[in-house]
Amino acid sequence: MSVLEIRNLHKGFGSLVVLDGVDLSVEKGDVVTILGPSGSGKTTLLRCINFLETADSGTMIFDETSYDLARMTRADKSRIRMRTGFVFQNYNLFRNKTALQNVTEGLIVARKMEKKKADEIGMRMLAKVGMAERADYYPSQLSGGQQQRVAIARALASDPEIIYFDEPTSALDPELISEVLAVMRNLAEEGMTMIVVTHEMGFAKNVSSKSIFMEGGKIVEQGPSKEFFTNPRMERTREFLRMEEDRETASSLNAGKNS
Amino acid sequence: MKILIPGLTMTIPLTVIAFSIAMVIAVITALIQYANVPILKQLARFYIWVIRGTPLLVQLYVVFFGLPSIGFRVAAFPSAVAVFAVNEGAYCAETMRAAIESVPAGQLEAGFCVGMNYPQIMMRIVLPQAFRTAFPPLFNSLIGMVKDTSLAANITVAEMFFATQRIAGRTYQFMALYLELAFIYLMFSTVLTRVQAYGEKRLNSYGGNKS
Repeated sequence: MSVLEIRNLHKGFGSLVVLDGVDLSVEKGDVVTILGPSGSGKTTLLRCINFLETADSGTMIFDETSYDLARMTRADKSRIRMRTGFVFQNYNLFRNKTALQNVTEGLIVARKMEKKKADEIGMRMLAKVGMAERADYYPSQLSGGQQQRVAIARALASDPEIIYFDEPTSALDPELISEVLAVMRNLAEEGMTMIVVTHEMGFAKNVSSKSIFMEGGKIVEQGPSKEFFTNPRMERTREFLRMEEDRETASSLNAGKNS
Repeated sequence: MKILIPGLTMTIPLTVIAFSIAMVIAVITALIQYANVPILKQLARFYIWVIRGTPLLVQLYVVFFGLPSIGFRVAAFPSAVAVFAVNEGAYCAETMRAAIESVPAGQLEAGFCVGMNYPQIMMRIVLPQAFRTAFPPLFNSLIGMVKDTSLAANITVAEMFFATQRIAGRTYQFMALYLELAFIYLMFSTVLTRVQAYGEKRLNSYGGNKS
């Protein structure tokens, strides 16, 4: 059953075309990674799907209801957002709230949940990402990796149908990346539906069920991750994968040199 | 003692009431500009332009001496409260606007993503963070205002400066009296400075603004 479907999504900023007719279908339990060079439109795609940007045109089918992405009402946006989670590149934890309050804020304020019940869910989610013992810390007292794990707990709190990850490890120091990827791998194994914009080829290859390569606002190639990595059909995909591989080799060599 | 009493019964109430109203004006004016509300935004800019561009003393005269001549008679104390509130409100509105704008857009986006609406995000996420940033400059304004209330003597409000002038006129002890007055203002400011330091410490305990 498809959780989310996007049809013919278009988005431009002024005269610049960023998304040029994107179609996307996500089944329950899918882990979809979106790869592509910077400027290819992958982040904008996620932001349009969660209404942080307003699409110029396009259709979204969520929970068997069809929506016009260019004309979303406030009520529809809020209703859908309460059933999805979003993880930002730079965490965006509420800076005036503790880790626990970050997780429960949406439950208490948006969903009008009782504080006691919200706290219970909050602690469970923090435990899930290994942050329970830091529940009373403020974001400024946490490392980047810890902040991102709290942000994942916040996204999980609403028991979402799908979680969007916008380059969740790109702002992290190399040694902190693995703790966040481990949490994401656990979620994938539990069957959480996820769309992940990333440059982590290992995650795309080994964890995600489906990979998409985007360039110039269009999907160039998509398919089951195994096939996508072992036998890409398009020349442009092959070239991109080779470049990413070189980059990773280079950075691991560098890491080896430093240690 | 004869100076301190009008300080406690006039200067402090005048400052507290006027500054409280000023803060309400400031937050509303700042939010109107931040949220880009048409027409109201132009009105807010006009208000700030006029108030910041004219002397406080002139504003006091316009209200207390000017308005009665066109048929609106307002007593001295309420006139002073109104003028100080409106005047300080304009300056603090700019402080608040800058502080709100300094809160990263990501905070707002994160609020939307957990399903909160705009007013909820403003009240619970953005404004608390903005207040932390605005706290020192707002205290600056408050301390400035305590001393500016001496201008109210010009419209017959019997605050500390007014009382001192009257005693000095009777006793001719200008040096002693005005130094005493200055000392009392200094004490008021000192107390406020302490309160500010304490307040900042309390606010920092909630993680500060170090991102």
